[in-house]
Amino acid sequence: MSWFGGALADVAVGGAQIAAVIVGGPLLIGVMRKVRARLEGRAGSKIHQPWLDLRKLFTKQRMRPEHSSWVFGVGPVVLVASALVIAAVFPLATVRPPLGQSADFFVVVFVFLLGSVALALAALDTGTPFGGMGSSRSMTIGALAEPALLVAILAMSIPAHTSNLPALVRIGLFHPEMIASPERLFALGAFVIVILAESGRIPVDNPSTHLELTMIHEAMVLEYAGPDLGLIVLGESMRLVLLLGLLVNLFVPWGVAERPGALSILIGIAAISAKVLAIGIAIAIFEVFSAKLRFFRLPELLAGGFILALFGAVTALAVR
Amino acid sequence: MLHSDHSMLLHSSQILPLTGVTVVLNPLGAVFVIVTAVVAIAVTIYWVGYASHGLSSRTASATLPIFVTSMLVVPAAGSVATFLVVWELMALSSLILVLVDQSQREEARSAAQWYAVMTHAGAAAILFALILLAAHAGGQTFTDIRAHAAQMPADVRGTAFVLALIGFGSKAGAVPLHVWLPKAHPEAPSPVSALMSGAMVNLGVYGIVLVGDTLLGGGLLWWWLLVSAMGIVSALFGALHAATNTDLKRMLAYSTADNMGLVLIGVGASGLFVASGHRTVGALAMMAALLVLANHAVFKGSLFLSAGSVQMATGTRDLDLLGGLLRRMPVTGAIFMVGALSVAALPPFGGFVGEWLLFQSLLHGLPASSVSASIVVPIGVATLALTGGLTAVAFVKAIGVGFLGRARSIGAASAHEVPRTMYIGAGVLAGCCVVLGVVPIVLLPALERAAAQVVPGVSPHLMHGVVNLRLAGLDGALSPAFLALGILLAVGVVVGMRRLAQRSVAGPAPRRAEAWGSGRLLQTPKMQYTATSYAEPIERVFDDVLRPTHDVNVSHLDESRYYLEKVSYRTSTADVIEQILYRPVIRAVRWWGERSRVVQNGSVHRYLAYGLVALVILLVVIA
Repeated sequence: MSWFGGALADVAVGGAQIAAVIVGGPLLIGVMRKVRARLEGRAGSKIHQPWLDLRKLFTKQRMRPEHSSWVFGVGPVVLVASALVIAAVFPLATVRPPLGQSADFFVVVFVFLLGSVALALAALDTGTPFGGMGSSRSMTIGALAEPALLVAILAMSIPAHTSNLPALVRIGLFHPEMIASPERLFALGAFVIVILAESGRIPVDNPSTHLELTMIHEAMVLEYAGPDLGLIVLGESMRLVLLLGLLVNLFVPWGVAERPGALSILIGIAAISAKVLAIGIAIAIFEVFSAKLRFFRLPELLAGGFILALFGAVTALAVR
Repeated sequence: MLHSDHSMLLHSSQILPLTGVTVVLNPLGAVFVIVTAVVAIAVTIYWVGYASHGLSSRTASATLPIFVTSMLVVPAAGSVATFLVVWELMALSSLILVLVDQSQREEARSAAQWYAVMTHAGAAAILFALILLAAHAGGQTFTDIRAHAAQMPADVRGTAFVLALIGFGSKAGAVPLHVWLPKAHPEAPSPVSALMSGAMVNLGVYGIVLVGDTLLGGGLLWWWLLVSAMGIVSALFGALHAATNTDLKRMLAYSTADNMGLVLIGVGASGLFVASGHRTVGALAMMAALLVLANHAVFKGSLFLSAGSVQMATGTRDLDLLGGLLRRMPVTGAIFMVGALSVAALPPFGGFVGEWLLFQSLLHGLPASSVSASIVVPIGVATLALTGGLTAVAFVKAIGVGFLGRARSIGAASAHEVPRTMYIGAGVLAGCCVVLGVVPIVLLPALERAAAQVVPGVSPHLMHGVVNLRLAGLDGALSPAFLALGILLAVGVVVGMRRLAQRSVAGPAPRRAEAWGSGRLLQTPKMQYTATSYAEPIERVFDDVLRPTHDVNVSHLDESRYYLEKVSYRTSTADVIEQILYRPVIRAVRWWGERSRVVQNGSVHRYLAYGLVALVILLVVIA
């Protein structure tokens, strides 16, 4: 019955990671808002305010636009579901997540894309100009960010001979000198740009804007209300945690659990929470001091990310 | 056939005079036969409903089996003569199918003309290549050529390969030989488009592998660099045009060029790895190419068939005039969505597994390969990524503008679901997309054998596992079934949670309300984003490649120029390669034609005089 025990342990580990991501996502948003507010000289709302908002949203009645189809209701569900799948198999708290052997970087990217596409389709289903506008813009940014992302993955995978995520984290843990290798540093640059783009933060998108001409993500979700909006808010915050968690575990892997056991998993969750919080605060500070780029300047930024990633891949090949 | 290494041989000297017919079915050919057969079965089911609506004539229904049969025999042909005869049969029967029911339409005639010229120029190149090989081998069966390939001079082999690449590349729709494809696929009747795009273009890839690997035994590095470069250009060019095109079927045709580009990247990478001595990874890349190809056949087949249903129901294939079809054609809409998500390589659908394997083979082949390959492969990965992103834009646009939102024309508003056989035909292929995405193991053993045949000396066990697929000897694994199960489970959990949270709310059903109209009272379908506006950012970012033309005409009222009377706006994106490469050739041919009319004035006396002069010159030369 050892496989049964193993499966049970896997479920426990996956469940713990999912719980941490669900609880932590809205809290991270709360902290980032608080930091921004303080730096701008405002008091700001409570840190757990996003959770209070969610509680309110989930008790409201569902609404949908007159001419929408079932896609409108499914979009937010798929967004959260894709984030849940990633949260279960991601090496967040441990380098041995459930199904870790199959937690391929490439797979994670495309499951992530599944969530984005579901939301982009749901936005078009509203039949309003705003839905189309946001959908078109966010898909364009996603398409342009993709090459930088995959080539950065390639750059990191060449020295490791695998694109398996737990293996990539483990290499950083056991060979710290590889973290500072040129290809990883180039890849880091590319990742930062891609993650800002994918999570819709400044300088790519302003999460707190409702100005019609500039909004991207907010334009997509304009028609949502009640529990569906709650799912989107929750899903987006989970995606932010996952992206930041990926970034820190690839480049600052310390603290992640190497062996099974409840205690080391708990330590792992504490470590990842602290690291994600730190980088979230850093992003919030950066956002206060910088402005959103014009939409048609973004290709230059993302092309820059691609060039960095390509440098990384070439360096990895040259020093192999 | 699929589970053994044996070949099936059949020779008959009665069917074709002088040469006889040789049919050999080996594992590589078997993959193409199966793919063609699956698409053909679905198309035949679809055809029942299609023909019963008077959409196809008897000639078309009679030609269809000839077309399908010739496509089934091409991958099994075992000699040069047999191959060329069935190849030509395939070209002619497909040409008839493109033209037969719509010979009165100008666009269809022009498309058929392009197709005829390109396919016959390609056939000529293939003819030269194969005859060159047969002449040097001293025998016309493929076994003879294979046996003598090593003794042939390098320049003969190189020339034959380049000629074959031109001929087969044009059939596969590889850029810059793709120009017929975005013309002929949209104009052909939809079931024929499905066959052409799902089955016929594959045979171009088969031909390249046949000549390069099977007949010539691998060849040199530069051959495969050429193939990879062709693949990269095709994939990018096709994906860009697919993302910006607003004609549903033309968009699908460009996406075919994109997918064939990805297949060629796999084939080229396979050749590069083998040429630099890494046979196992080479076989893996070949397997990835075949998997992408098989997936493309089923999803593109289902997409073309459902596009045909849309065209029948609404009378148009212009995305800017569609909208809201998912509510009026729920089954066709769902089938289209499965196909489109599969093209966009989203899990848990088939396209995703193919692209994953392609990425893995490029990644694992890279550190071991030569300098030239290490330039091509990162660009290949970047291409895979950019085309992946652009394809996602293209197909979110196709689903979103075509099937979601509100109807943009009367045709779209009054559409009805098509007859049952039509959506069953398309649904069979959509089902295949799901099967290949969840349990790809049904096809993988056949692909392993085919790859092991192309790269001899490699064990045909390239992947282990049934549910959890692992690459043999390399670090890479995927559990498509668990992934699908996980996504399904997570969706179930989220839906359950949403329902749970809704218990205390008065009405469980969602309330419908008018969408927010920015304070306007009226929200009309015209205010929605169209396919044109959806792709506008992409068009603007890549305007150097796409070179779109915009025409804005504004006319004012006579009384005051502050009041507009009419604004007309036209935008079009021509195929740059057609403009730059083909138009000058067409102009030159036309000029030559005009010039030669000076000697051809129709007078019999003059022609007799020409004969006399020629005879005199001939006698003088001989004497």
